[in-house]
Amino acid sequence: MSQVLEYSEKVMDHFNNPRNVGEIENASGVGTVGNAKCGDIMRIYLDIQDNVVKDAKFKTFGCGAAVATSSMATELIIGKTVEEALQITNKAVMEALDGLPPVKVHCSLLAEEAIHAALWDYAQKNHIVIPGLKPPVKDIEEVSEEK
Amino acid sequence: MENIIYLDNAATTAVKPQILETMKPYFEEYYGNASSVYRFAGEGQKAVEEARREIADFLGAKPKEIYFTGGGSESDNWALKATAFAKREKGKHIITSKIEHHAILHTCEYLEKLGFEVTYLNVDENGLVDLEELKKAIREDTILISIMFANNEIGTIEPIQEIGKIAHEHGILFHTDAVQAYGHVPIDLNELSIDMLSASAHKINGPKGVGILYVREGVRIGSFIHGGAQERGKRAGTYNTPGIVGFGAATKWANETFAGRIEKEIELRDYLIGRVLKEIPYTRLNGHAVNRLPGNANFSFRFVEGESLLLLLDQNGICASSGSACTSGSLDPSHVLLAIGLPHEIAHGSLRLTLSADNTKEEIDYTVEKLKTIVGRLRSMSPLYEDFVKEQSK
Repeated sequence: MSQVLEYSEKVMDHFNNPRNVGEIENASGVGTVGNAKCGDIMRIYLDIQDNVVKDAKFKTFGCGAAVATSSMATELIIGKTVEEALQITNKAVMEALDGLPPVKVHCSLLAEEAIHAALWDYAQKNHIVIPGLKPPVKDIEEVSEEK
Repeated sequence: MENIIYLDNAATTAVKPQILETMKPYFEEYYGNASSVYRFAGEGQKAVEEARREIADFLGAKPKEIYFTGGGSESDNWALKATAFAKREKGKHIITSKIEHHAILHTCEYLEKLGFEVTYLNVDENGLVDLEELKKAIREDTILISIMFANNEIGTIEPIQEIGKIAHEHGILFHTDAVQAYGHVPIDLNELSIDMLSASAHKINGPKGVGILYVREGVRIGSFIHGGAQERGKRAGTYNTPGIVGFGAATKWANETFAGRIEKEIELRDYLIGRVLKEIPYTRLNGHAVNRLPGNANFSFRFVEGESLLLLLDQNGICASSGSACTSGSLDPSHVLLAIGLPHEIAHGSLRLTLSADNTKEEIDYTVEKLKTIVGRLRSMSPLYEDFVKEQSK
């Protein structure tokens, strides 16, 4: 089936007009997840001040859903405390986008992982422990090392 | 439908108005079952045989060697399964290539489950089958070689004449899936050692749902669809008279327009390829530079993903296709792009543009301009590109 017909209007809106594309220099935390082999890589940059996400940016290599979920994830995270940010699930990202086609659900998981990876990086840099946060499993580095 | 630029002619084509006109009487006026006895059905019978003759002439075949089917996939299924079943006493080995259409590959997988053994030949970086590897793959019990005439994704035209010769030197049947080649590449069955050939009407401005299987006289092939006595008992089912008439008319049209049409397609294709490779950096052309279908261009743009590319082209009214995983519904990109040795991340960024002689230079110019913007935009969003640029500036 045509992907265009399967994507919600919100997904297409976030794909066509992605929010918060870009980089943050000297970011508090950067998380990169996914790998080029399966066709999706997301990188999320966070600017965290006083335990609050002041700004978030992203770069994504991937399909329409991957771009839209990254865009939505950055929208959802801005203004949240670190603890609140950790609670943003793939389900929340999907719901905010009015759903995703079944084959694209993994994109929302990737968005959740990207947030977690960026928070992990922030925690590592600042030598703090964020309760409930696990180290990122899927990282671009793993793929690079395979080569 | 809004104005679109249609660059997906390898997927399917528009039915030409004059071809549609030839079909209409067989829906409305001469709707009689072409197999019936009364005179009213005679017009349908005549029209089916006329189309058969047209197609046979075009291929350099005899009318009785042409069997009408429900399309290219059915023809491929028939050729492989019927040959396998007919020859299973002689052997159980089939040779094909890694870049065949799924109608061949999935049929081969099915036959493997039934106990047949299949060798999938590699192709080189341009998509060509290696003739030496083919010779080495031949066994005592090889019963069939099936290699596509031209590839649907990257457009590479295979050395069909040589492959046919090798097959016949070893007394092995040779089938070719010519769905993409029929009407686009000269095919003369008097010159080629082909035993079976699949073709489809809708790739040459004919209707969907009708194809042929050519079976050389003397080659015994079992029935595929069991039922009535149509097609000399080999392929049952009420004649799709309008579809068959449309296939005949499309063939006649393809034949009459051949030289000028192909020349124009090649000119447009080479113009497109030239501009894209020159104006969009980090881009490669997939498929053979010379031995390629006249309307086929297939590119890989590094650092971008195919589905995003297609969606943005669609926003600009351009219809294209990609071999990325996201467009195939699996996690792997196109088996063809992997077979020519592209790494996954580059295969994901592939774009197929397939032209017809109805496309214009203006459409190509518009498409190239849009592509430059779109690829640039996706790269500016791509972490792979970011890393690449940082690496370069070190």
